[in-house]
Amino acid sequence: MAGLATTVGSGAMTNSILDIPQADVLLVTGSNTTEAHPVLSLQMKRAVRQHGAKLILIDPRRIELADFAALHLRHKPGTDVAVFNAMAHVIIQEGLVNVPFVQARTEGYAAFAAAVAEWTPERAAAIAEVSAADIVQAARLYAQAQNAAIFWAMGITQHTTGTDNVKALSNLALLTGQIGRPGTGLNPLRGQNNVQGACDMGGLPNVFPGYQPVSSAEARQKFAAGWQTPLERLSPTPGLTVTEIMDGALSGRIKGIVIMGENPMLSDPNLHHVRQALEKVPFLAVIDIFLNETGQLADVVLPAASFAEKEGTFTSTERRVQLIRAALPLPGEAQPDWQILTSLANRLGAEWEYENPGEIFAEMAGLTGSYAGISHARLEREGGLQWPCPTLDHPGTPILHTEKFSRGLGLFCPVDYIPPVEETDDDYPFILSTGRILFHWHGGTMSRRSPGLEAIAPQAEVEINPADAARSGIADGQAVRVSSRRGEVIAAARITSRSPQGTIFMTFHFAEAAANLLTIGAVDPIAKIPEYKVCAVRLTPCQESV
Amino acid sequence: MTTSLLRQSERIVHTTCPYCGVGCQIDLHIANGIIYRVDGRFDNDVNHGNLCVKGRFGYDFVHAPDRLRTPLLKEKGDGARAERAFQPASWDEALNSVADQLRHLRDHYGPDSIAFLTSAKCTNEENYLMQKLARGVVGTNNVDHCARL
Ligand code: SF4
Repeated sequence: MAGLATTVGSGAMTNSILDIPQADVLLVTGSNTTEAHPVLSLQMKRAVRQHGAKLILIDPRRIELADFAALHLRHKPGTDVAVFNAMAHVIIQEGLVNVPFVQARTEGYAAFAAAVAEWTPERAAAIAEVSAADIVQAARLYAQAQNAAIFWAMGITQHTTGTDNVKALSNLALLTGQIGRPGTGLNPLRGQNNVQGACDMGGLPNVFPGYQPVSSAEARQKFAAGWQTPLERLSPTPGLTVTEIMDGALSGRIKGIVIMGENPMLSDPNLHHVRQALEKVPFLAVIDIFLNETGQLADVVLPAASFAEKEGTFTSTERRVQLIRAALPLPGEAQPDWQILTSLANRLGAEWEYENPGEIFAEMAGLTGSYAGISHARLEREGGLQWPCPTLDHPGTPILHTEKFSRGLGLFCPVDYIPPVEETDDDYPFILSTGRILFHWHGGTMSRRSPGLEAIAPQAEVEINPADAARSGIADGQAVRVSSRRGEVIAAARITSRSPQGTIFMTFHFAEAAANLLTIGAVDPIAKIPEYKVCAVRLTPCQESV
Repeated sequence: MTTSLLRQSERIVHTTCPYCGVGCQIDLHIANGIIYRVDGRFDNDVNHGNLCVKGRFGYDFVHAPDRLRTPLLKEKGDGARAERAFQPASWDEALNSVADQLRHLRDHYGPDSIAFLTSAKCTNEENYLMQKLARGVVGTNNVDHCARL
């Protein structure tokens, strides 16, 4: 979460699921919460139904949360920054700024106020195709609430402007002081179960565990000592991101890839590119529980344990570290990933001696301040703990930034609206938006093997607005060819006003009609998150069966 | 359904739902070596007994017949790697082949010729070890996960 790390000093969700009902206003954008985070959405519904909270939904689609919304802005995909900037404009114009908060806890206000001065609601309304009055209304509701919380997910980050989108939301919280108390905050909802943990553990090219930069000499010394590794082995140069790794495999710079528990053949945008990269790389090893599309391309495949056959921890979207426990024996000769990695490291000259995941956790916690007070024994006794948890008697931290921001002062970051990389034209007149649906999970490796879930959502679908369907001669249930400049897939038409006119929606759960064949490899320049959400396509009805 | 509900569980294992970032706490009911029922737990500040359809019913994958049970090595040959068949291998053969390849690449092209993709579905401990392997053993910062979100 490059945006939040810059503005407040930590990329994680600031608040907790438990305090959602204390919000008077919820601003939800780019998150189909009832489908992607169903149990968390129960707290949002509770806030609205039982506590009278007002929900502002900023989302092109009429998703289920729209039924709970006091205000729904169906903006054109990719125009988020324009809407958020105009909200900031209104807050400043109407004197709704929390002046004591801005003075005491932030910096950069003057430059920011100057930058949004020209972002009138009328200007944003024209770009985003929403009403100016609704933008004004959203700004007033958010700024005047006792406690207002912002939530977003991949709909905000999966744009070339994803980092800017997050900064623009952060500016709203800093302007109004809606942060650091129950029922407020900036809350990115993490998708897969352990995205937060993978980032916390240094599963990123530029940081060690706990976001300690590899470029810092001090951090390298600390890890060299902790790992009993020669200091000169720890490189000060940030590594390549997943997108750059694929490019590197194609250019010949990357010669070997080891992939654990991921299926980039399904989850990456622009799948042709990924397939070529994984076919071309001279050596590919895969550690997984199934032989998936990625494993098929590998030289070596190593059988791993599912969550039900091993011990360890996951860190949830609200920074809560929780245990998983082995319930079943391993199938055949499969081994837990931690054992596989240990055997591999030792064959490469390391001398790792771990008896169990608890020992690995203890080593990590000794090198990672925010996890220092957590241990498997403590989680066993007390249940989940939210980081930062610096000492063994620390209760964990449900709300971040209460007294000061992780970076000291909150930083206003002016951001300008940049149109999406690929605009529609006569040949490709529709915007394709991709996302996930409730019944399946990401690449579908797990959920598509469940006969019960398959029966509910069995085939790839493309959601089309009734007016667009009529104009293109497409009937409900008919097979439709969806073509972009990069590829084409066939899916069944589902005609619904959930999708606004001009925008169609597909999921990326299905290998047969992988929506990611169509999407673009363009990435946000800072967060390097690929643009899944916006690309231009055309629709052709076809006779073939789906 | 009724018969499975009547079945006695041999064990109930408290764990965490593997699907999304909410992190619901669940009880796996185990009988005859299978997960036959899953309940949401109440003793936490996350889900208060609630679960969604994935968290309650999405566990058949654990018992799927196509789970990998043995290491696999691609047969030697001239054709494209993607086209060649796999042969089952011992752990020693498979791990040695990975280690030999990585050592060869590191020695000939430098540590930055190798990249590691870790996983938002794996545990903290596994993610920690993967980056430790990349940074502390191989000597590269080329480590990332697919869901940078
Ligand atoms: S039960 Fe549903 S909401 Fe809860 S963690 Fe699992 S997938 Fe997420």
